[in-house]
Amino acid sequence: MSTRFTRRAVLAAALAGSVSLSAGISYAQEETIKVGVLHSLSGTMAISETTLKDTMLFLIDEQNKKGGLLGKKLEAVVVDPASDWPLFAEKARELISVDEVAAVFGCWTSVSRKSVLPVFEELNSILFYPVQYEGEESQRNVFYTGAAPNQQAIPAVDYLMNEEGVERWVLAGTDYVYPRTTNKILEQYLMDKGVAAEDIMINYTPFSHSDWQTIVSDIKAFGSAGKKTAVVSTINGDANVPFYKELANQGIAAEDIPVVAFSVGEEELAGIDTEPLVGHLAAWNYFQSVDTPENEEFIAKWREFIGDEDRVTNDPMEAHVVGFNLWVQAVEKAGTTDTDAVLDAIIGLETPNLTGGIAKMLPNHHITKPVLIGEIQDDGQFEVVWETEEVVPGDAWSDFLPESKMIEADWTAPISCGNYNTETKSCGGAS
Amino acid sequence: MHPTRLISKLLIALALLIAVAPGAFAQDVESLVSALPEGDYSDREKVIFDLAATGDERVAGLLNALGEGDLYVREEDGRVIVGKRSGRNYTLTDALTGEELGTAPSSALEKIRVNNRLRRAVRSAIGQLTLMSPSPSVRLRAARSLLRNADPDSLELLDTALAAETDPQVKTMMETARAGIIVKTDAGIEEKVAAIDLLAARGDREALAMLTGARSSAAPELQPVIERGIAGIERELAMWDGLQNVWYGLSLGSVLLLAAIGLAITFGVMGVINMAHGEIVMLGAYTTFAVQQVIRTSFPGLFDYSLAIALPLAFLVTALVGIAIERGIIRWLYGRPLETLLATWGLSLILQQTVRTIFGPNNREVGNPSWMSGAFDLAGLSITWNRLWIIVFALVVFAVLLAVLNRTPLGLQMRAVTQNRRMASSMGIRTPWVDAMTFGLGSGIAGMAGVALSQIDNVSPNLGQSYIIDSFMVVVFGGVGNLWGTLVGALTLGVANKFLEPYAGAVLAKIFILVFIILFIQRRPRGLFALKGRAVDA
Repeated sequence: MSTRFTRRAVLAAALAGSVSLSAGISYAQEETIKVGVLHSLSGTMAISETTLKDTMLFLIDEQNKKGGLLGKKLEAVVVDPASDWPLFAEKARELISVDEVAAVFGCWTSVSRKSVLPVFEELNSILFYPVQYEGEESQRNVFYTGAAPNQQAIPAVDYLMNEEGVERWVLAGTDYVYPRTTNKILEQYLMDKGVAAEDIMINYTPFSHSDWQTIVSDIKAFGSAGKKTAVVSTINGDANVPFYKELANQGIAAEDIPVVAFSVGEEELAGIDTEPLVGHLAAWNYFQSVDTPENEEFIAKWREFIGDEDRVTNDPMEAHVVGFNLWVQAVEKAGTTDTDAVLDAIIGLETPNLTGGIAKMLPNHHITKPVLIGEIQDDGQFEVVWETEEVVPGDAWSDFLPESKMIEADWTAPISCGNYNTETKSCGGAS
Repeated sequence: MHPTRLISKLLIALALLIAVAPGAFAQDVESLVSALPEGDYSDREKVIFDLAATGDERVAGLLNALGEGDLYVREEDGRVIVGKRSGRNYTLTDALTGEELGTAPSSALEKIRVNNRLRRAVRSAIGQLTLMSPSPSVRLRAARSLLRNADPDSLELLDTALAAETDPQVKTMMETARAGIIVKTDAGIEEKVAAIDLLAARGDREALAMLTGARSSAAPELQPVIERGIAGIERELAMWDGLQNVWYGLSLGSVLLLAAIGLAITFGVMGVINMAHGEIVMLGAYTTFAVQQVIRTSFPGLFDYSLAIALPLAFLVTALVGIAIERGIIRWLYGRPLETLLATWGLSLILQQTVRTIFGPNNREVGNPSWMSGAFDLAGLSITWNRLWIIVFALVVFAVLLAVLNRTPLGLQMRAVTQNRRMASSMGIRTPWVDAMTFGLGSGIAGMAGVALSQIDNVSPNLGQSYIIDSFMVVVFGGVGNLWGTLVGALTLGVANKFLEPYAGAVLAKIFILVFIILFIQRRPRGLFALKGRAVDA
């Protein structure tokens, strides 16, 4: 008797417990949809990533003003991976399994992205990565809203070749995976275009390199061979300021040897006196100076949110805007934040970008972007001097490298593969 | 020559209607100016050349403004005007007459865009227009721009100017420019040989560029002459390259010296492993930023003196921070190097994040005063002003510090305390006070280094991190406790780095230097200039 009673009591208790537990969960779900923000707020990369954290808070705030998503409010969960690559993986795991976020927006450097990839794959969540990168990757759980090399590097080189008549090339970069891969692609591309090997100079420097005297004078010497010379710079982060200061001091004017940079935006220029740099170039998919109503509205709202009338905007911010809008649309279309449903729903969705075009999510998880070439102005802004007529679809695997030429990424049925080899017709073609 | 006002207005309207109208109206400056905003870059380039062809003296000023990006179209009436930014508004003047037109906000103006191609066109056009200017310096600049563009069309103009030229310096520049053009044209062989010899005699990179450029299209009989000229210039440049490398090395060495010299006091003399040294340098740089910020907003005229004002302030601020650190943390940890290391490292993180919170994570702009910008040529060397001043500054700081240590009572007490603390204490020296002063002095000097480094590097919260390892390297290599060691160590490492860099690349050069120091320390654990004596061995 007593045992039966006990058993029944336990059963009832367990039942009650499970009911209250599930009620708790459904209550929490009714409250908010959580969005993870994984950007470094301290350490070396804080300089670039802090703004992106603010951008995400701004976007989530805007969405909530419009009534949230699926009738629920959005809630940002901000963590600080402190520019420490292994910590990125740890924090990503925390966001997904402890905070149960619906999607994560984050990372800047390629190495931080590579370190979180296995986590997103294992726990099956979604990452939106907003920075231009070296390509040669397409992962089921990641959406690359920054530029692939064919949306930035290749058009920039074409511009210099056609408009400025450049025949001699200096490829200068910081010594890590993004510049090395980009330069490998560019070198092959230039060779294919008939540039001789002795007309290409490749130079790598360590992170935070501050003494540019020798390299700048080498560039000067390289440029005095009677052919129009240009520098293609994949120099990253802190090293740019002393590099540009040295260029200005050694009197290298943009009219003589233009420098086109892939990692220098409005935020980076904020630390330099741009007067002597007028005319040097940058290739991006967005500039603050782009004159469209969408952009004007965005800048005004952003400045109001941040409370600073002079705050600049930049390309990775726009990538987050596009990525966030696409995710919101996909969730609305799928009617749920469930990862698999969103992954299916998002392919093919379109949203207006801030430069007057349409960003479309492609089956390879990259998006369509316009390519803009801007010249640095004396007020620290860029002025667009050239842009592509159509938006350019992002290509995950470069067509200019022999080892990745035949690789395609397509996450729709029947292929559903990030590295599909079109020659052997099998998945797993490279790396 | 000039049509009546009515006709000119009609012409402007016409020119606007059909976008660009060179040819028939090409001679009319006003209509050309109003056509400037229309069309794309190549249309605009054509207008620039047409404007230059009018020879009107007002055009030079207009083109100058265009090249500077100061030329706008006023949206209400389409008038082309020069706008200079003053605060949030622009002060307007008429592009041709210079008539004052009041101010306008940026929204009422549309900028006339220029790109590099247009700037080159403007440069060459201004060169042509100002070649006969009464001022020799303007003529020199004009001749230089012709030299850089070497446009065969300007040959005739150059010949006229050359005939009238009296200033020898300008004349040489014009002759070089003429030679640069001659090698491009189909002039006679003899004339070309003379031009090539003239360029070869000039012997700089520009001449080298022109000769190399001319080589591909030159007639076969000219080839050996050009080859000889190129070889001559290259020989000369190679000689100067060596010297230039020594200069770069000294310059890098002086930066290392500046970064390390404060540490030579705190670590070298006091033996405190101060991991927050780099952050103190950073505080010095941020003091410079704060000073410049105040000057920019309140006393713009003082900008060229900003560094002179920042130096004592930075010394004061960082010395006080240093004394606070010593009194608050380090004095409890004397004789416990591991704890000191951890405590100061934690402190460095705190300082970084504090600065990040106050000033934001982004780089802050610290401007170069005019006397620290640009470069000058000394024989075959190109010397940048900021590097020159930093070398001078580093040596001055070194000399002053040496004098303080060797010639003042404070210096005497410092040396006494570091060599034999108990004996010094018995002689009546207040050792805690000396400790605080020594640490303050070392920190203050690190702060002054920060002022200098703000001129060549980023001013961001991470500034200090990139110098801390180099600083320890220099002090350990030079010999702990010896200022001369720090000087020789810094300059040696700087020069060695710069000689390795062209062969090994910047990344490998750095690695080689590190490996070299590790091996060196194995052989001589006390560094280059080891202190000797009982106190050291104890």
